[in-house]
Amino acid sequence: MSSVRIPPVLRDAVGGSRSVAASGATVAEVLGDLFRRFPALRDRVTEGGELSRFVNVYVNDRDVRYRDGLETPVGDSDTVILLPAMAGGSS
Amino acid sequence: MASASRLGGAATRVVPSMDAVTASIGHTPVVELRRIAPSPTIRLFAKLEWANPTGSVKDRIAHAMIADALASGALRDRQTIIEPSSGNTGISLALIGARLGHPVRIVMPDNTTPERTRLLLAFGAEIVYSPGAEGSNGAIRLAQELAAADPDLYMPFQYGNAANPRVHEETTGPEILEQVPDVDVFVAGLGTGGTLTGVGRYLKRERDGVRVIGAEPLPGELVSGLRSLDDGFVPPVLDATVLDDRFLVSNHDAVIGVRRLMHEEGLFAGLSSGAVLSVALRVAAEMKQGAMVLLLADGGWKYLSTDLWTRDVDEISDDFEGSVLW
Repeated sequence: MSSVRIPPVLRDAVGGSRSVAASGATVAEVLGDLFRRFPALRDRVTEGGELSRFVNVYVNDRDVRYRDGLETPVGDSDTVILLPAMAGGSS
Repeated sequence: MASASRLGGAATRVVPSMDAVTASIGHTPVVELRRIAPSPTIRLFAKLEWANPTGSVKDRIAHAMIADALASGALRDRQTIIEPSSGNTGISLALIGARLGHPVRIVMPDNTTPERTRLLLAFGAEIVYSPGAEGSNGAIRLAQELAAADPDLYMPFQYGNAANPRVHEETTGPEILEQVPDVDVFVAGLGTGGTLTGVGRYLKRERDGVRVIGAEPLPGELVSGLRSLDDGFVPPVLDATVLDDRFLVSNHDAVIGVRRLMHEEGLFAGLSSGAVLSVALRVAAEMKQGAMVLLLADGGWKYLSTDLWTRDVDEISDDFEGSVLW
């Protein structure tokens, strides 16, 4: 099971947890597992079946959009991070 | 460019690009990181943007945005400039405003370092604080509200101003290629996205195979409290297609990077520079050879009060959970 970090803005959809364990060998499978258990999460992070442009997904700190997107592999000891798109720092 | 001719008063007509202070923007040095480089076949070069007049890369965009606004007439004589900033852009605009006679009002999260407040006040800028828990997004929202409510304010808006990536495409990118002609990888922090977009466009146009990598802060628990995902924000100047990879960096890893720059290379860098080093080394671990250019956006001066170099790294990382530092 990988660990998925949930940002504060989405925690009400997962019962308030900061991090939840999820199964799946790809980002799509991990998210699918979360959506089955926490249906409210699906509407918050997807638009028309795709990831919302305001949600970034990282596997081990690396943005999956620059890897294989939803097909990016996820290992058992990997950490998946969901983050809202935010203006960065140094600005 | 009549509106740009105020520097030095009516008798001495000086446009901003010819002013001695603003002319010192850019042309920053590059040094090789020989001790930190992970192998003899991977060369790391640091571009020291703290050599700009106010000590950060943001002098480039502040000058470009104001020169554009003066040229187009969007910024009128003595008009007040308002801008959301976590510090560096605000300080750069405060310098330009002071040179040209424009009052400057900066909307800044209330949890940055005290050095930024002091520098802004020293330059004569006014500060409006936004809720720190909302991070830079909160500063953007408040600045937009203030600008919308008062037509006498001019907002350059670094996140959406084309002069931001353009000045990097026209100056920073060419400087890098001249200083490191065999550059293979460019790594910089991701804030507005202007540096990565502009430099990336230039390098990719001029040299085949260059990869452009972004380092972005992992927001602390106390600054990721957007009210809803609808408050999410993708800066309009960021051209995500220019990026080849993008990494989150924790405050912990950024601090470790800052200390390595200091202890191994004698470079007094700011927190985002440590994050850029952290990402560069991660990318380097997947390379056999090549030249990497790391853009170090600012120096350590604005972080002195955090004791970044001397305190326990875990303790300092915990403290940063509630701050907007880079």
